[in-house]
Amino acid sequence: MSDKIVVCRCEDVTTHELEEAVRAGHRDLESLKRYTGFGTGWCQGKQCVALCSRLLIELGGDAPEGPITARPPFHPISVARLARVLGEDE
Amino acid sequence: MSARMEPIAVPPSALPERADVVIVGGGIMGLAIAWNLAQLGQERIVVVEKSYLCSGASGRNGGGVRAQWSSETNVRLMKRSIALCSDFATKMRINVWFRRGGYLFLARSDARAKQLEESARLQREHGLPTRIVDRAEMKDIVPELDTSHFVAASWNSEDGVVFPWPFVWGYARACQKLGVALHTHTSVSEIETTNGRVSGVVTSRGRIATEKVLVCAGAWSPEITRMVGVELPSHPHRHEICSSEPLKPFLRPLVGDLADGLYFSQSMRGEIVGGISNAKVPEGLDQRSSMRFLGLYARALSRAMPVLGDVKILRQWAGCYDITPDGNPLVGDVDEVPGMYLMSGFMGHGFMMAPVMGELFARWLLHGEERELFERWNLRRYREGRLLSETMILG
Repeated sequence: MSDKIVVCRCEDVTTHELEEAVRAGHRDLESLKRYTGFGTGWCQGKQCVALCSRLLIELGGDAPEGPITARPPFHPISVARLARVLGEDE
Repeated sequence: MSARMEPIAVPPSALPERADVVIVGGGIMGLAIAWNLAQLGQERIVVVEKSYLCSGASGRNGGGVRAQWSSETNVRLMKRSIALCSDFATKMRINVWFRRGGYLFLARSDARAKQLEESARLQREHGLPTRIVDRAEMKDIVPELDTSHFVAASWNSEDGVVFPWPFVWGYARACQKLGVALHTHTSVSEIETTNGRVSGVVTSRGRIATEKVLVCAGAWSPEITRMVGVELPSHPHRHEICSSEPLKPFLRPLVGDLADGLYFSQSMRGEIVGGISNAKVPEGLDQRSSMRFLGLYARALSRAMPVLGDVKILRQWAGCYDITPDGNPLVGDVDEVPGMYLMSGFMGHGFMMAPVMGELFARWLLHGEERELFERWNLRRYREGRLLSETMILG
């Protein structure tokens, strides 16, 4: 098996980085996300959060009660489109 | 992947039964104070955080660090805080992605321009290079800005932005090296008093006997002080932020508009990070995101910087400001409960104030320095009716 295994493709987070974070005391999923940056890129965790949760449990961390907090928008959306969401008087 | 990973997580250590100081809140403020107290030789410090590190406002703010303020105290303190920020990476051995791209405060009206000019004069008296710039110079600083809405701007090239998370971890790690006991996922349920004085803190993981408790819980501070019957004049106010897809670095300063509270900057990750004022938010502690915020922010941003219209927003989140009626913090001792201390009410700029306030609080508590500041910002000003002011609060 290769020595370098990527767990979050958007932010280039590897298994080694997860291990280092857990060793530094980040035992829960939200904390692990912040320390390594997984789930903060283009897909917002849709591809990596299940894998990272499993690895956290294997590493002896706290089993997450659910996925990381979902951050809207569901898909990236342009500033120009969002600028038309509200009426002029709002 | 087929192989399982080896368990390496270290279980949380037991809570100490006794402490000289218990700090409630493991945000930037509590950790900065703990580290400064430990630096001055204070022993047996315990910090309790009810959630994970960076879970509150310390992990949810825009990372702005500026010395452009309208009150002499804030200018003086932030000048020191920025100096501490610039040494932080070297001293704490962690990269906080500090970037001094300046702060550009835009004025839409002559009245606002005049106010900024008065503040800029005060800032220059304190040795800052702040000056008022016209439309042409605004364009030099941010070529993509649509300056037609603005009459002037206040410019300090030495203000900057940091990435908030490593700042919190840097203090946390440095605290632990000095023997501070930091306990996350530990919430406070009761503050015990004996003959009116603080005698202990009851948490979800056990009781700690202590004669000093310091409340650094940001927007949660009123909930903590209420445990001993002290009502704070501050209240939580939700503030939302969002972040774009990463772009090649092009935007130098943090741009702010005090009229609608719009602000935005480019982080070292390349994202445009910003927020805007929103008067219509749910009461109380609420960290949910709203579509209305995205609408308000995107409309104001695309007007100020039309070129950003095609840029995509990736994520939004929310945190709580700790708002006081006079826009100034609540710090120092609490008359009603000897042994209780406050460091709260920072109006959404507690993050940038933490390096200097941590330093001053430790000197005040252990050496009796900075008495004037800790008197002026004390909670008792509300009981005595001497309120303060600050006009450059953003968002």
